[in-house]
Amino acid sequence: MAKVILDFEKPIIELEQKIAEMRKYADNLDISDEIGTLEGKVDQLRSSVYQNLTRWQRVQLARHPDRPYTLDYIQYMIEDFVELHGDRRYADDKAIVGGFGRLDKDTVLILGHQKGRDTKSNIYRNFGMPNPEGYRKALRLMLLATKFGKPIITLLDTPGAYPGLGAEERGQGEAIARNLFEMSHLPVPIIVVVIGEGASGGALGMGIGDRVMMLENSWYSVISPESCSSILWRSWEFKEQAAEALKLTAKDLLEQKIIDRIIPEPMGGAHRDPLIAAATLKRTLIEELKALKKIKPDRLVQLRIEKFSAMGEWKST
Amino acid sequence: MAWFKRSKENISSDGQKKDIPDGMWTKCDGCGEIIHKKQLEQNYFTCAKCSYHFRIGSKEYFEILLDHGTFKETEKRMRSLDPLKFVDTKPYAKRIDESIKKTGLHDAVRTGEGEMNGLPLVIACMDFSFIGGSMGSVVGEKISRAADLARKKKKPLLVISSSGGARMQEAALSLMQMAKTSAKIAQLSDAGIPYIAVLADPTAGGVTASFAMLGDVQIAEPSAFIGFAGPRVIKQTIGKDLPKGFQRSEFLLEKGFLDMVVHRKELKQTITKVLQHLNP
Ligand SMILES: [Zn+2]
Repeated sequence: MAKVILDFEKPIIELEQKIAEMRKYADNLDISDEIGTLEGKVDQLRSSVYQNLTRWQRVQLARHPDRPYTLDYIQYMIEDFVELHGDRRYADDKAIVGGFGRLDKDTVLILGHQKGRDTKSNIYRNFGMPNPEGYRKALRLMLLATKFGKPIITLLDTPGAYPGLGAEERGQGEAIARNLFEMSHLPVPIIVVVIGEGASGGALGMGIGDRVMMLENSWYSVISPESCSSILWRSWEFKEQAAEALKLTAKDLLEQKIIDRIIPEPMGGAHRDPLIAAATLKRTLIEELKALKKIKPDRLVQLRIEKFSAMGEWKST
Repeated sequence: MAWFKRSKENISSDGQKKDIPDGMWTKCDGCGEIIHKKQLEQNYFTCAKCSYHFRIGSKEYFEILLDHGTFKETEKRMRSLDPLKFVDTKPYAKRIDESIKKTGLHDAVRTGEGEMNGLPLVIACMDFSFIGGSMGSVVGEKISRAADLARKKKKPLLVISSSGGARMQEAALSLMQMAKTSAKIAQLSDAGIPYIAVLADPTAGGVTASFAMLGDVQIAEPSAFIGFAGPRVIKQTIGKDLPKGFQRSEFLLEKGFLDMVVHRKELKQTITKVLQHLNP
């Protein structure tokens, strides 16, 4: 697989490669001191880069082409996964995948946006941009989960709902609105995790839950920095400023009391070690689900509505 | 034709041609007819010749829809904070202050209780003139409180939407207002209280993808723009021009997303009839 390297990753990865090469010869030569020095250097470099990422750099990490996607996490975390297809009304949307599987000992419904890795799979997945039938498939499966009393896990990772002719014709707005309406009162536990890009209504359309969490390097906002730049600055050039202004990182959203928890990623991002990223996510999901299962369904719904009702800031003078 | 010549000087020539005209005469955007202010008012701010609907605000809608003197406003002074200290080409805080000064409104929605042909109801109406009718925390909270009020008093809820979508300057907090308002509509629905959604030009983005599309009965004014994505974005995506009438009320009616398209002068009677049928 072709590795993509971002600008700010470059010096770190170059050093890492140099150390790896030196190790190859380390058996014959005594260069352990030298390796030790370089390792110290790369550690320093990592912490100076990754602890000071700008918001725009986080967006770039969230979009990293090697980043694990929904089906990767399902493969690493879920046993006996059975994918289910179609909305029973129009089509099967490949930008959203979902099905039943086992998380630890519990059967859960796991749903998520799905991006592609190359041009061909990206076209197949429509770049992770759902049409209305995607949201309707998600809703059908969530109602099925409710019918059988199974918890729901949704993984959000989309650059937005698809802005196409057919999408509008088939009621993109209605499809998203219906999901918000229904998800707010489904009497089963719902856990939402933003794993990559949480762009606007396209992400929120599967985003109502009892616990809402974000991976450390994901973003979540009302609009992408690029579109925000083009509308408010009337130019595509202000995406860095727009990302800063939107305050769209996991840390920002925790401060805004929109999410409950940040799930840490391996140093450098989930793509540097997808197995560790998935193991951390799995552990967190098991822990959260255990707590949610203790709450009675009516209470769960009541708490969920109260949770979203508290969001926002205003002044009643 | 002397009156025509004389009056022409009074036509407001600023960019706000779709809003209520300031001068005594205005030109219809639909057919070019010159209409006197009084005549426009008497005709519910629509063109008598071509039925073009001028964009109006909450003040006019409350007058048109509610029985005279019955409106009692709620949460009148609720206003936006600037939680993210958002600055684009202008600080958001300044944008809010200027909009309040310019429009005399506190944010993009007004809510309250009133009566329609003697039927008590809770009403919310958006104002496009306030930052494009965008939904931030205040709009979300006021719509939610209106839904709560309707549920507690067991009165039907009527919401008239006119909005460009979620307000960018409150970022994710605006996005969450979609979740909040939809959850409140679901609660109202579970309580068996009717909710009527009226969509005026334009109803877009996050408002379309939340409470505006969740009515038990969906009514739109003629030719109103209703959509999730904007036409410019769709055009960029598909690389060709959009068909005529795309994302207009009549198109949505045809595609099954509205119950009816109703002329503004028929709106009050139509909603009354619907509520008489649905009220317990
Ligand atoms: Zn006309």
